[in-house]
Amino acid sequence: MVTASSISFGANSTFTSSSIPKTKPLFNIIPHSLKFTTGNGRAAVTFQRPVSVIPKATSADSRATKEPSRTFHGLCYVVGDNIDTDQIIPAEYLTLVPSNPDEYEKLGSYALIGLPATYTTRFIDENETKTKYKIIIAGGNFGCGSSREHAPVALGAAGCSAVVAESYARIFFRNSVATGEIYPLESEARLCEECSTGDVVTIEMAERRLINHTTGKEYKLKPIGDLGPVIDAGGIFAYARKTGMIASRN
Amino acid sequence: MTLTEKIFSRASEKPQLSPGDNVWVNVDILMTHDVCGPGSFGIFKKEFGENAKVWDREKIVIIPDHYIFTSDERANRNVDILRDFCMEQNIKYFYDIKDLGNFKANPDYKGVCHIALAQEGHCRPGEVLLGTDSHTCTAGAFGQFATGIGNTDAGFVLGTGKVLLKVPPTLRFVLDGEMPDYLLAKDLILQIIGEISVAGATYKSMEFVGTTVERLSMEERMTLCNMVVEAGGKNGVVPADGTTFKYLEDKTSLPYEPVYSDEKASFLSEYRFDISKLEPLVAKPHSPDNRALARECKDVKIDRVYIGSCTGGKTEDFLAAAKVFLASGKKVKVPTFLVPATQKVWMDVYTLPVPGSGGKTCSQIFEEAGCDTPASPSCGACLGGPKDTYARMNEPMVCVSTTNRNFPGRMGHKEGQIYLASPYTAAASALTGYVTDPREFLE
Repeated sequence: MVTASSISFGANSTFTSSSIPKTKPLFNIIPHSLKFTTGNGRAAVTFQRPVSVIPKATSADSRATKEPSRTFHGLCYVVGDNIDTDQIIPAEYLTLVPSNPDEYEKLGSYALIGLPATYTTRFIDENETKTKYKIIIAGGNFGCGSSREHAPVALGAAGCSAVVAESYARIFFRNSVATGEIYPLESEARLCEECSTGDVVTIEMAERRLINHTTGKEYKLKPIGDLGPVIDAGGIFAYARKTGMIASRN
Repeated sequence: MTLTEKIFSRASEKPQLSPGDNVWVNVDILMTHDVCGPGSFGIFKKEFGENAKVWDREKIVIIPDHYIFTSDERANRNVDILRDFCMEQNIKYFYDIKDLGNFKANPDYKGVCHIALAQEGHCRPGEVLLGTDSHTCTAGAFGQFATGIGNTDAGFVLGTGKVLLKVPPTLRFVLDGEMPDYLLAKDLILQIIGEISVAGATYKSMEFVGTTVERLSMEERMTLCNMVVEAGGKNGVVPADGTTFKYLEDKTSLPYEPVYSDEKASFLSEYRFDISKLEPLVAKPHSPDNRALARECKDVKIDRVYIGSCTGGKTEDFLAAAKVFLASGKKVKVPTFLVPATQKVWMDVYTLPVPGSGGKTCSQIFEEAGCDTPASPSCGACLGGPKDTYARMNEPMVCVSTTNRNFPGRMGHKEGQIYLASPYTAAASALTGYVTDPREFLE
């Protein structure tokens, strides 16, 4: 069983996302200028990450995440055990380069398309490119298999904010933290048996709880432990800068 | 300390450490390929600057191998991106391919990254090797710490030569007893994964010792370590010995210093196996831990057989398959796809004599058995790939494969049924058209 304390990093560093910074804030974000080019050397694009929430207008219900209380709210999508990264993003889509903005969006449109037909409800509706499910609830060993970072990237690009799993596979967990694409949380109970796809849930990070509004039940989440400061801080690059391991950005 | 702990200790310059500690580790080799290289380079440039230089042009090995022989434009473009970066950074080891119509016309091209790393002498005892591929753990066969990482971590390593890692506790697997001549390392690792499950080694190191392991060749040790990730393992190790040193003699001139677990080292758990009692296995759909005896699956009708990948497409894997076809003398009953892992393996298949055949090569035996012609070396259909990938499963069918994963859709079609097996079992199954225990032909 992988615990949330499996990785520990220092606190108090600025967050850096390896992909396009989103207008939806997952974490306590310090405004940060990000500049990057696409994989084939197109013109540099400069972003200013917003401090406050700008709810993204989508065809489905809009996000209600607020800063800085770290709350996630929305519909949940439930999967079982051992969902491997081939199911999260099948290999034929790996020609898409995540650091390329257009291809990043395309990756998102294929998130969880590899799930077998036993999953009668799709994660992303046909003819849509974003998901209406902000939160994924999973069984054990979520993200096992291939190390493809395209997996957490696809979920994040699709519009998923957080995963609440019973446990995670190592590389997927590490990639989620490194990219900041999705917040990998762990539940105490087996939520995949308690919740159903389409249930409306709220995750309150500070209180470490998940509320299923559809069933009226509440569940405890495992302590974030070392994980919180990492994601808040922004991952390995920011931590390394803070500790002088690499030079600060201009 | 255990072997893995000692590698962490040396690489982090910390004389003492324990499982659970997070340490900055110096990386000896970073490998990437056509699927993850472009993304990793994108992150490297974004974080370190458009004009940044990699930490060490001789410690990075760039190996296109995943989506090579395809007309998919993005796949082809990704190999071009690798080339552009290598030229810009003057990367010493780039195993390039330009002529997709004839792999032999590319003198630098190797094929499957994990096999190429070993064959080109980049795997050395005691070192830290990272790769943007989960099967990077294969290199643990050389008594080094080798594990898979994502694009972001790789981007960081490109710039700094360091990575932040948590010291894993070690599970020890003691394999003793004489290996029956119908078993291969693939059966051993399927036995272990079936025992501990796909999450049995999550965040842990798997150390393989015992008399059976000591008698395994390097390629067999690579097969063993290759599937450590299928049990959730962080890395796998086989302590370096005479077999390792001999293999490395003509491949690397760089000095290396092996390390070994102390007598009194603490292991999280120890598992003991009497190998002489084991039987050929398969992993049934759809999980590598869905273990079953091959002989108990003899009523499973199959549609095809695939022999290839880092797990089961090495020279010895093909020699093993050829041995079964030779023993039978008959033709295969289903399409049998052969994908040598690297150019060198392909050459071996066409030149090495198969013992007991009167001088025939694997390729001749394969042809006489009615197998498909050995294909251009690459990862091939192990992971499906672009739709035009050779041997990709584009319709639902049942396949016995020497590859490493059989989750839904792994080889292409979501309803495909993949039975993971050793090359012996795969060849035997091809001959009958059903999942078959190789003892049908080898005894």
